[in-house]
Amino acid sequence: MEETKLDKANLRYQLQSTMEQKSSRKRKINKVVTAFCIFCVGLAIVPLGSILFEVIKNGVPALSIEFLTQRPGSMISGRGGIGPAIQGTLITVGIASIIAAPIGILAGIYLAEFAGNSPYPHAIRFFSDVLTGLPSIVLGIVGYIVVVLTIGSFSVWAGSFVLSIIMIPIVVRVTEESLKVVPNSVREAGYSLGIPKWKIVLHITLKTAFSGVLTGIVLGISRIAGETAPLIMTILGTSLFFTGFNEPVDALPLRIWRLASQPYESAHSQGWGAALVLIFMVLLFSVTLRFLAMRKGFKVKAAI
Amino acid sequence: MLVIIVYAIGDGSIEIFSFEGLEFFTSTDWNAVYGRDAFGALPYIIGTLVTAAIAMTIGVPVSIGIAVFLSDIAPAKLSTPLSFVIELLAAVPSIVYGLWALFVFRFWIVGLIERPLYNAFGGSIPFFAKTPFGLDVFTAGIVLAIMIIPIISSISRELLKAVPDTQREAAYSLGATRWETLRIAVFPYVKSGLFGAAFLGLGRAVGETILVTMVIGNAVGISAIPTSLFSQSQTLSSVIANEFNEAASSLHLSALIGLGAVLFILTMAINIGGQLLVSRIVKISPGVKE
Repeated sequence: MEETKLDKANLRYQLQSTMEQKSSRKRKINKVVTAFCIFCVGLAIVPLGSILFEVIKNGVPALSIEFLTQRPGSMISGRGGIGPAIQGTLITVGIASIIAAPIGILAGIYLAEFAGNSPYPHAIRFFSDVLTGLPSIVLGIVGYIVVVLTIGSFSVWAGSFVLSIIMIPIVVRVTEESLKVVPNSVREAGYSLGIPKWKIVLHITLKTAFSGVLTGIVLGISRIAGETAPLIMTILGTSLFFTGFNEPVDALPLRIWRLASQPYESAHSQGWGAALVLIFMVLLFSVTLRFLAMRKGFKVKAAI
Repeated sequence: MLVIIVYAIGDGSIEIFSFEGLEFFTSTDWNAVYGRDAFGALPYIIGTLVTAAIAMTIGVPVSIGIAVFLSDIAPAKLSTPLSFVIELLAAVPSIVYGLWALFVFRFWIVGLIERPLYNAFGGSIPFFAKTPFGLDVFTAGIVLAIMIIPIISSISRELLKAVPDTQREAAYSLGATRWETLRIAVFPYVKSGLFGAAFLGLGRAVGETILVTMVIGNAVGISAIPTSLFSQSQTLSSVIANEFNEAASSLHLSALIGLGAVLFILTMAINIGGQLLVSRIVKISPGVKE
């Protein structure tokens, strides 16, 4: 009798201690995992900090009025500037977004408002997602074959064509998403007044989702402004200012690439300067977009 | 649109496929000199796969760690600005990454990781052989990892957030720690979605051009097959970027377009796989919520 009691107590004690051991091990593993996650975040932030720091540190000394407006001089002297590159980027990206924005918005409107449940919208969505995932250099080759070989010259058109292909799917998806969050009651209010559907879309839903649509456009623009690879085989790059739409132009990313492959210290410092200008342009777009998004309470899906 | 792309690439690469046939995929010889033309894509395919593999091994665990931190560990006050910062990383153009990698990061890698590894194992393990100086597959892989982290982690965060809280609460109520909750209640729920996110990141890593071109060392032909972690190489996209404007003969050009076709098929397959996996989880999740 006594012994069995003792045994029970012993057993209970053993059980308790193993459980305690287990739970302390559990806590340890838990702590390790938490620490790993924090470590990962740190790992991601260090590069961002370093990139911004280096670009500002090395880029600011290169900036001057001459640097921003002049044509590139001889590489060794470190004179001259990136004027044509800034101009070229603005022109190419500008034309690309003039092409891409209407097409993207219309496609987005179709998907969100008119498509219904037919199989087409699924197919369109799927292909536009796949299109987003295609390497830009492949699209660059397409631009080369379709436009450059047809016109017979590296040109602004070819560059804008490719950039617009990159931009369209982004605009489509964001437009569609932002139209979908417009509450149905808004549309129904329109219907109850007997307004035709196209007018409702144009004047009511599109207006409600305006900041979202704008976000999509800005997102697309900041993405294509930084593209380099497809520009190599479409606009080629030059040291001259814009001479015509059928002629090659320069672009900031291309200029950075060329400057970085030079063996001269002065070219590198110019490269940093150009990177600062580019990053400033892109970040400016992104920050504007954040503010627009926050003001309307619209959540932007991460650009894939 | 896709039809135009397929047609253009197919049309442009016919010449090389009729010239090399299947050897285009298996040959390691790459010579553009007229009369000795030989174009084998194998080294570049291997280079692409190796850099992408390095990028994935580093990028995926880190991204998922970040996603878990943002969705499950950090308080809301911290996680909102942090996800903003990480999405900023996604907004940095790849050319700026390249510049940074070439002039700054390369020296960190050489000093902190490659030299110690080389000194310790260089003589004994061929994996770490070759004197490192930073322009190699290892650097390219790591910088690619840094570039795909924001993509994978922002998708994974969305996925983890889509897991209904009841799922977590059930596990907590059984006395599970946070890690156990994640392991038994959260990860199984979004497994295929996380795979899909990784696939999308992989598609990005395989197709990235300019960044890789700047740090991979640009070897040509047989020497582009990486024999160690620290050897120079070349990927499909970086060959195209390097040689496109210098292609002298139409055959050379066609060979480059052929590389583009290989790249196209590769990324198409990866992306479609990824899309299917991600969309499956998104479709499943509302059903389970009921």
